[in-house]
Amino acid sequence: MSFIVDRRLNGKNKSTVNRQRFMRRYREHIRDAVNDAVNQRSIRDMERGERIIIPRKDLNEPQFHHGPGGRRTVVHPGNKEFQQGDTVARPPGGGGGDGGQASNSGEGMDDFAFELDPREFLNFLFEGLALPNLVKRQLQGDKNYRVVHGGIVSEGNPSKINIVRSMRQASMRRRALSAAARRRLRDLQAEQQALLNSEQSLERQSRLQALAEQIARLERRIGGIPFLDTVDLRYNHTVRQPVPVSRAVMFCIMDVSGSMSQEMKELAKRFFLLLYLFLERNYQHTEVVFIRHHTSAKEVDEQEFFYSRETGGTIVSSALRLTADIIRERYPAESWNIYGAQASDGDNWNDDSPTCMRILRDELLPHMQYFSYVEIMPRRHQALWNTYAQLRREQPQVFAMEQIDTPGDIYPVFRELFRQRMEEH
Amino acid sequence: MTHATRRQPLSTTSEWNFELIAQYDQEIARIAHEVYRLDTWPNQIEVISSEQMMDAYSSVGMPVGYNHWSFGKQFVEVENLYRRGQMGLAYEIVINSNPCIAYLMEENTMPMQALVIAHACYGHNSFFKGNYLFRTWTDASAIIDYLVFARRYIAECEERHGVEAVEQILDSCHALMNYGVDRYKRPYPISAETERLRQREREETLQKQVSELWKTFPEMQPDIKRRQPSSRYPAEPQENLLYFIEKNAPLLESWQREIVRIVRKMAQYFYPQRQTKVMNEGWATFWHYTLLHRMYDEGLVTEGFMLEFLQSHSQVVYQPPFDSPWYNGINPYALGFAMFRDIRRICEAPTDEDHRWFPDIAGSDWLTTLKFAMQSFKDESFIQQFLSPRVIRDMKLFAVLDDDTHSHLEIRAIHDDAGYHTVRQLLSEQYNLSIHEPNIQVYEAAVRGDRSLTLQHIRESRRPLARDRAQDVMRHLYRLWQFDVHLDSVEEGRVVERISVPPPEDVS
Repeated sequence: MSFIVDRRLNGKNKSTVNRQRFMRRYREHIRDAVNDAVNQRSIRDMERGERIIIPRKDLNEPQFHHGPGGRRTVVHPGNKEFQQGDTVARPPGGGGGDGGQASNSGEGMDDFAFELDPREFLNFLFEGLALPNLVKRQLQGDKNYRVVHGGIVSEGNPSKINIVRSMRQASMRRRALSAAARRRLRDLQAEQQALLNSEQSLERQSRLQALAEQIARLERRIGGIPFLDTVDLRYNHTVRQPVPVSRAVMFCIMDVSGSMSQEMKELAKRFFLLLYLFLERNYQHTEVVFIRHHTSAKEVDEQEFFYSRETGGTIVSSALRLTADIIRERYPAESWNIYGAQASDGDNWNDDSPTCMRILRDELLPHMQYFSYVEIMPRRHQALWNTYAQLRREQPQVFAMEQIDTPGDIYPVFRELFRQRMEEH
Repeated sequence: MTHATRRQPLSTTSEWNFELIAQYDQEIARIAHEVYRLDTWPNQIEVISSEQMMDAYSSVGMPVGYNHWSFGKQFVEVENLYRRGQMGLAYEIVINSNPCIAYLMEENTMPMQALVIAHACYGHNSFFKGNYLFRTWTDASAIIDYLVFARRYIAECEERHGVEAVEQILDSCHALMNYGVDRYKRPYPISAETERLRQREREETLQKQVSELWKTFPEMQPDIKRRQPSSRYPAEPQENLLYFIEKNAPLLESWQREIVRIVRKMAQYFYPQRQTKVMNEGWATFWHYTLLHRMYDEGLVTEGFMLEFLQSHSQVVYQPPFDSPWYNGINPYALGFAMFRDIRRICEAPTDEDHRWFPDIAGSDWLTTLKFAMQSFKDESFIQQFLSPRVIRDMKLFAVLDDDTHSHLEIRAIHDDAGYHTVRQLLSEQYNLSIHEPNIQVYEAAVRGDRSLTLQHIRESRRPLARDRAQDVMRHLYRLWQFDVHLDSVEEGRVVERISVPPPEDVS
């Protein structure tokens, strides 16, 4: 007798825990592979998995085995032309060796490769990073409501009548209003019964008649109490509860003046996208504002931000001022976590740099969680760097800057900027 | 044998459903039990998806197992190969338990399901129940309970002592797993209930009377004689390394000892399977072949069914020749199947040669002889006993001698009259685990000295250990023993090589 069981609906992820343990153990390898991948592949397809390769020898679970050497005999199938006593040259790689249980020796196998899924990939990508000044503001978001049960009320929409509660209410009312009448009725009925059991007399007859009238009147009164009254009705109440959301807005500020080449913009773009991915993982809702500037600043969409060409001089303060304006109008600091990321080749009109610093110090940084500046410039630092360096000295918690030269720099710089700072917690 | 009467086929398409599986199982069971008198545990046939099959795969086929990264690694590997189409999943996994659990994959067609039922539920199953190794080494009715116990115990340890600490112990135990079995002693079968009780007691008492090693204080009472310091401990070399560690490692805590014990029990449970690969697979293959042919004779299955079945069957028993790029040693299915078929042939239609080679079984009742062979042997002795010249000729087996003192390989024997005995002898040795695996035993634990542990590797035919891996294993041993460990390779009574952890230069 056999039992046949359909197990297909049982969980299929029995190995999840073991898989996670495996990943934890080879964290170093995986992180290296992820870092390599980031440096090589376009940031645009960051959100896909990655093939991880770990050298087989590092994964070895060692066992005692025979090594090469000594004297041994192995039986093989498929003899074609050999005769007893023949000698053959030793095949390269020690073949003809372990024969029967070759797989046990586990040598000479390829590297161990497997796929990380996109989520795991990003986890490794951002591992050890933390948002600086991560004040998760609990907000009264204006769009996000959750409908919750808000108890029972006596007024409401007919579609929300709670029938059980209404009927219970009606029953209570009926019993309460008829209580006195029913008590009286019980007395009268008892008296009537007593009279009926006693002997016949004229007096009894008239009393019985009176009783019958009273009883009929009381019953009418009891029957007259409405079965369901409007005061009985009860309604389910629902409340729209604002859901606290943590939201972030990220300002991407980029110099598009003539001195910025397309390659520089590509570098900047990668940095912005990393930041965006990172914010998106940390906040429920993330918005991005793109501001490009040369001598004047303009809020644009993503396409225009990265690809449209402009030329001209550079006034950085125009972009900062626009940022301040937009924050004032649309992103009040009490309800948004504000991040700024600026990319530039560092070019600026000399007398503009102090203005930039003033705007940043007085108008932007007080409202912002973090402002990061990357200078895309292989050569020596430009005017803006020196000014900003002063700001970094003053407010290292909020302001950070780094220099990027090649695509390979971006991820390390990004890691450096958002490195988890132990002292903050 | 009764001649079959032809009946209607059970099904004509390759679709399966649960009623059909039940019908096929019923028919196969009838043939297996009534016609061929196979003795089996009850079956529990579980239909699972391919993902679940991968899960089962990576937990060495056990339905419940403790958590460990190496199973995760295996899972990742299997998943990876499977996703990229480099590997088909095995059609079946069968677990030596009572009831015997067999997994069928939902992707399989009806002929494949029938093949798996015949192979696993009646072939392997009757082997598990009949073979002497399984009968003495494993307790089919208790294994699932024991696995549950082990899983829970290890999970508790992880909670109490941290995943890391437990993982380290498991890693070290796994490295020594092949040396966690009794080769010569007969073990007691394990039962979960007694195991739980015993574990309690052990935990309490073990720590108190931990080991010989601590008994180094001079005895207080003068009238008690001190033990002779000259005697070596252990007096005899110990083959079961994990057992020795569990009982004698000086510093292990009781939960660590219990984990050593769990791994040891697992190793013991799998030991019979490692010793009977050829027989077990050969037996199961022989029976799916025989049972399904019988079904065909009875008209229960169609020609199309048989074609599909034979196609997978011939894939399973294909033996690539030694010079083929797919050659990866002798295919146990091929060898085992060929041998069981040949035994039947020797019984039913013996030739003169068979009468000379197998006077006892030539012409005997094949079913009885086959069952006797299945019940009373392991791979090594089975080959020694039953490998016939006919199979050696069919498979064109030949033996190659590889001696590192010669510049060339030498063909020692081929499939001819002069070679049959040699080939048989050598092939049998090839399946002898104690020759295939290095012979390593506990030689001495320095009770009086520095508490170091010395293992001895007896070299057979001058074959050395793979040194770097041996070094790694010794590091694991060191983790368990926590004092110096040494491994001496001994050749003709002389120590020719020594591996020590920590390495000697660090000590000085």
